Amino acid sequence: MLRISKLNAGYGSFQALFNIDIEVNFGEAVAVIGPNGAGKTTLMRAVSGLIPVKSGSVDMEGVDLINTPSHDIVKLGIAHVPEHRRLFPRMSVEDNMKMGSFSPQFREKYAERLEFVYNLFPRMKERRNQLAGTMSGGEQQMCAIGRALMSDPKILLMDEPSAGLAPVIVQQVFELIDKIKSDGLTVLIVEQNVKQVLKVVDRAYILEAGSLRMQGSSKKLLGSKEVQKAYLGM
Amino acid sequence: MAEFSEALFSIFFIETLLNGLLLGGILALLSLGLNLIFGVIDVVWICYAEIIMVGMYLIFWLNTDLGLHIIPSMFLGILFTGFVGWLTHKLVISKLINAAPINQLIATGGLLFFFQGAAMIVFGIEFRNMGISLGSLALSEDIYLSWTRLLSFAISGIIVIILYVFLSKSYLGAAIRAISQDREIMTLMGVDTKKLYLMTSAIGGGLAGLAGCLLVLQYDVHPFIGLSFGPITFIICVMGGLGNMVGGFLAAFIFSELITIGGYFAEIEWGYVLAFVFFIAMMFLKPEGLFTRKS
Repeated sequence: MLRISKLNAGYGSFQALFNIDIEVNFGEAVAVIGPNGAGKTTLMRAVSGLIPVKSGSVDMEGVDLINTPSHDIVKLGIAHVPEHRRLFPRMSVEDNMKMGSFSPQFREKYAERLEFVYNLFPRMKERRNQLAGTMSGGEQQMCAIGRALMSDPKILLMDEPSAGLAPVIVQQVFELIDKIKSDGLTVLIVEQNVKQVLKVVDRAYILEAGSLRMQGSSKKLLGSKEVQKAYLGM
Repeated sequence: MAEFSEALFSIFFIETLLNGLLLGGILALLSLGLNLIFGVIDVVWICYAEIIMVGMYLIFWLNTDLGLHIIPSMFLGILFTGFVGWLTHKLVISKLINAAPINQLIATGGLLFFFQGAAMIVFGIEFRNMGISLGSLALSEDIYLSWTRLLSFAISGIIVIILYVFLSKSYLGAAIRAISQDREIMTLMGVDTKKLYLMTSAIGGGLAGLAGCLLVLQYDVHPFIGLSFGPITFIICVMGGLGNMVGGFLAAFIFSELITIGGYFAEIEWGYVLAFVFFIAMMFLKPEGLFTRKS
């Protein structure tokens, strides 16, 4: 469904990603894991068109994303939950949701999607008139995921959803991702929290210093001596 | 002291307060457009009042020289300034969108002189008056309020309400509020920021034209009329917190009341002195704007 091939990208003269090949199939949950500064966020930003790509291709169901204007990418069914959530802090939860269905083609389904999101996060319904910036970190993460789901995406990109959250909230966030995945949504997630994310996803890639080091099923990676030593502290 | 309290409880003081309120209405309208543009695009249009001047001239020209009825003249004036706003962004600001703020300021400052110069070449430096008088409303034997001012106040009020509903209810309005909070992420929401900037510039220009419609009824048109309103508009926006439309709206009334109250106790020039002293003092005490929450 989403195929990234031979992708090179970076900021100015600094190259952050080298020859990345990643494939996400329909209904799958895939993680890209790696340490800080490995290029995980750059990868997400390249897919969403927030940064220019040097070479390579990103293909979503046959549509070339690199030559698609970045504001049109969401219309192809790709929703991006950005790093640090990036809500509109001085707008209500419901207005944040509204922005998630901004594109004209999503507007007619606004009420239906809002109900879907509120069912998934009853807490958001309680807080719908609260300013997003005044909520706790965990609630803000729910709001950010909810906002992305408003466009009824085919694939959900999540950039470090556990970053900056208390351990007990992190646990809840991963349970939630598990639920979204079992509802049949395709997910591509980048994470530093390797142990938790490998329990949720089907497959994972390991990104180090801008290149892919390893890939395989979660089970295989969890069992790998190298991964255990480098990421799981065993 | 007795004189002072007598003056304070005089019927003319009530008239002064009412006139301040009416002046506040039009200042609020002036600040709305500038604030809207700043809030969305993060660029201060130093030439904003000159776009008002362009609108005033166009209305004057259509009405007085071409003999077009005043209402369609005004309508065309608003459309044209909307177009001028659109062009200002398209030709100037969009090229400087990532430039240093000082460059953007200088560019819009240059536009100020461009508009002034163009007006001088086309219309000369004479003061022109539409010669329309709507008379005054006598509230009592002693209180008179000019109909033009009342009309301006009413129209400003209506526009403020329309803009408020537009910003709080529509998708586009939500996007306008959102973009000042997180510019980059708007792209992920499917918002074409370039288009939003152009649209906002056109709306801002149109609001300038509307202000021109109301001002042309009260003031003479000349190439430097913008200087009478530009600095005040800018100061009101800063006082309310740049980009904060509610703050600018309230600041307009504080400012206009200070001007008229100062003018009541001394000359009108002292009113301006009072208002500007208040502004300078405020810059020391609350530089982020009177109505801005500390983030």
